Amino acid sequence: MRLLPFIASAIVTIGLVTVLNTQLSIGTTKSPRLGYFLSPQHGFWKNAEKINSNFDASIVAGELKGNVDVYLDDRLVPHIYADHDEDAYFVQGYLHAKYRLWQMDFQTRVASGRLSEIAGADKLSIDRFFRRLGMVYGAEQTEANINANNPEMKATVDAYTAGVNAYLKQLAPEDLPFEYKLMNYAPELWTPKKTYLFLMFMSYDLTGHSAAADLQLTNTKDFLGYDLFNKLYTNNQDSLDPIIPKGTVYQKPSILPIKPANADSNYLMKTTTLALNVQEAPMPPNKNNGSNNWAVSGSKTKSGRPILCSDPHLGLNLPSLWYEVQITTPTHSTYGASFPGSPAVIIGFNDSLAWGVTNAGRDVLDYYELKFKDSSENEYWFNGAWTSVTKRKEIIKVKDSADVIEDIPMTHWGPAMYDAHYQNPQSKGRNLAVKWTATQSSTGVETFYRLNRAKNYDDYIKAISLWTCPGQNFVMATTSGDIAIKQQGAFVARWEHQGDFIMPGTDTTYDWQGIIPNEENPTIKNPVRGFVSSANQKSTDASYPYYLGTASSFPLYRGISVNKHLIGMSNITPEDMQALQTNNDNVFAATARPALMKYLQVDKLSPDAARMVTEMTNWNLVNDEHSKGITVFKIIWDSVRVAVWGDELAGSPIPLTKPDDFVLLDQMLKDSNWSIADDIRTKDKVENFNDQVNLGVENATKKLLELEKENKLEWSLFKATRVLHLTKIPALSRMNLPIGGGMNIINATTEDHGPSWRMVVHLTDGIEAYGLYPGGQSGNPGSSYYDSFVDYWAAGKYYRLLFLPKEKLKQHERTKWHIQFKTA
Amino acid sequence: MKIIISILLTALLAYAVGIYGNLPWWCFVLTNLLVAIAIPQKSIHSFLVGFISIGLLWTLLAIGIDQGNNHLLSIKVANILPLKGSYVSLIVLTGFIGALVGGLASLTGSFVRSK
Repeated sequence: MRLLPFIASAIVTIGLVTVLNTQLSIGTTKSPRLGYFLSPQHGFWKNAEKINSNFDASIVAGELKGNVDVYLDDRLVPHIYADHDEDAYFVQGYLHAKYRLWQMDFQTRVASGRLSEIAGADKLSIDRFFRRLGMVYGAEQTEANINANNPEMKATVDAYTAGVNAYLKQLAPEDLPFEYKLMNYAPELWTPKKTYLFLMFMSYDLTGHSAAADLQLTNTKDFLGYDLFNKLYTNNQDSLDPIIPKGTVYQKPSILPIKPANADSNYLMKTTTLALNVQEAPMPPNKNNGSNNWAVSGSKTKSGRPILCSDPHLGLNLPSLWYEVQITTPTHSTYGASFPGSPAVIIGFNDSLAWGVTNAGRDVLDYYELKFKDSSENEYWFNGAWTSVTKRKEIIKVKDSADVIEDIPMTHWGPAMYDAHYQNPQSKGRNLAVKWTATQSSTGVETFYRLNRAKNYDDYIKAISLWTCPGQNFVMATTSGDIAIKQQGAFVARWEHQGDFIMPGTDTTYDWQGIIPNEENPTIKNPVRGFVSSANQKSTDASYPYYLGTASSFPLYRGISVNKHLIGMSNITPEDMQALQTNNDNVFAATARPALMKYLQVDKLSPDAARMVTEMTNWNLVNDEHSKGITVFKIIWDSVRVAVWGDELAGSPIPLTKPDDFVLLDQMLKDSNWSIADDIRTKDKVENFNDQVNLGVENATKKLLELEKENKLEWSLFKATRVLHLTKIPALSRMNLPIGGGMNIINATTEDHGPSWRMVVHLTDGIEAYGLYPGGQSGNPGSSYYDSFVDYWAAGKYYRLLFLPKEKLKQHERTKWHIQFKTA
Repeated sequence: MKIIISILLTALLAYAVGIYGNLPWWCFVLTNLLVAIAIPQKSIHSFLVGFISIGLLWTLLAIGIDQGNNHLLSIKVANILPLKGSYVSLIVLTGFIGALVGGLASLTGSFVRSK
């Protein structure tokens, strides 16, 4: 033996293998273990799925009560036929895991504040935020409630969990989803708690906006003073077209929330200036998490049967939040979009009834300011006495680093989210407890379970009456001809402005005085006008006896656009409804452009600015993909906005809430001498709208000339809509999609946000339905089904959804594969 | 002849231990070592045996998978790794990494029985 060469060579070999088996740091990210990642028998190559793969399979599962047949159609949508409901949910769990495992695992990790565990200390601020907000606490409340009181839901979620785990247990290491290999970690077994965490995340996504907005709005009010604040953030929306038509008479409220006597001085007028300590806060949920839904009655359709439409607007991601599925058992037959992570169909239809949801936008999250006795934070002042907290320990594991422990004081209100240990620029050193309906043990999964089985209006009302958070506008239509919409959730009976800002928390004076009874939530069934609709606008006019919240929570113009179109339509077909869902008319600009032109002094414009204004005035007011006029209009409007109120908001060390567009537009329409138009920084001159519009146009022109040079004036090039992979890695995303639409447009597609599932259901016998989402049924970036619907979606096209009984589906030309689940 | 047999045997054993995903990806280091001990050759020849057999094995496996996948995933990965989206570069890198480790493993084995 040549010992020295042997040792030298062995050391080099071991060294190389070690390096190739280690994650190396590249900037703030880490490389995969390169040897493992590139190994064709272990690494990413194993995820490169064969085009034209055969998905036929036979699976033995001892957990099943009977055999289950799954047929996959040409879009890889599974049609599950089971003899027992629980078996169907077992198989749904199995299929979610088979096609979307990494995403389910990742999203529940985010929700439970466990990102640092896989990504390192870099993600600690996100984890701490979710832990302190009470996400895990909320999921635990739900789990305890369902386990104790709801055997049917427990059995459903347990069956789903067993299905996910049956897939996980047979999963070979080399077949792990791509992202695990890239980021070098492994999945863990599913639990019911993860399902509840996922639903908590949806509550956060749809109501968590207040978690940031309430702080920012408080700081904005304090900075401006209440009087100026009231001008810029008015709750009066002159052009509101509410969900429940204006003029509807409401019954007397059963709760009369009483505004505390000292609220004007102690709450609304109060200003505080506290020391700042600046740390990063995670991105709040998108304010535009909204949606459209509507149903037209048979009186307005060609066939005489209702048509229901639903398109939830959410962050556009790959793998998609949605996964299409048909579930057929002896108790029901349902088709629609499901959440990987939860059993049942979330938005869809069965053979008698279709339903859809939009976000209600009501405020269900409030902050209460605490006074702790001392730095131990063991006692806080409450109702005239020092009161003990309980401490909730949240242990955050951090990759390559020591655990971080959050010791969260739990109070009458809920967790003390902000305290001496946790602050962000907007919390400004305050001790703040958060009270949120999402953490109060909702059993939301049951609503969908019941909607999946609902046959008529009464079933629908019963199903949604269980729904607490996030508040939604549930629309429904039946084959028997009923249409209805109801805003449902656990909504706080508020006095005006209650909870818009941080409230005093030293006693119960400012506490919630009750939850509005379900029967008093805004509802309408079979209205004379022949349709029901919602687009996140305020649900009612001012005659509704409860306070709905700040107007900025309720986008105004999409609702106007939907209703305007629906009123004018008759003899409606599903194709007409598809055209409406993808409609790009800009009703905001239709009002705002004449308002701008009213004040614009054209003769004073520079030649370039005049040319841009001509581009804007020649525009057809449609946000088409190739339109340049909309880009010009948008940038001019934004510049005018900054010119009008940029001066009032300037000088704040932290970002303030931006006033809404409708405030400026309503003022431009009625008052040419609005005091806000004056630039308060110019002492010798009083500016008016004429000055500010001309200034805005000139400022916009500078930006527009740059865009023109870069050839980015066309709307879709400027907007650059993308569907981002959950890791935000561009290579796994679809960038720069050719699509129009935008803010305030029915086709609400902005840069990374928009119609995440488009569905049109014609309530004929047997159901005629169309739909798609911007993604694909497979979550595997190495599959041709990963993004297979994206181009079709961007083009505004639809797939006919296959919804058939087993014998017919089996023989359908679009049915491609068969997965048999056999009980052992 | 001996070299050809060594290459085939090395590649075959490496493939065989690669089938079991529970075993680490570098298990072929051990089988390379064993073949190099069992069929003694000059060190440089052993290195080439290991280099060629694993290099070819990984390259051919990668090409086969990539063809069947229409480069869908390889182009994405070649954009994540700094390879400018070139699936050819990614296949070359895959083969080279395998070859280098394979060559060194066989070289190490060759020293056991040489004098």
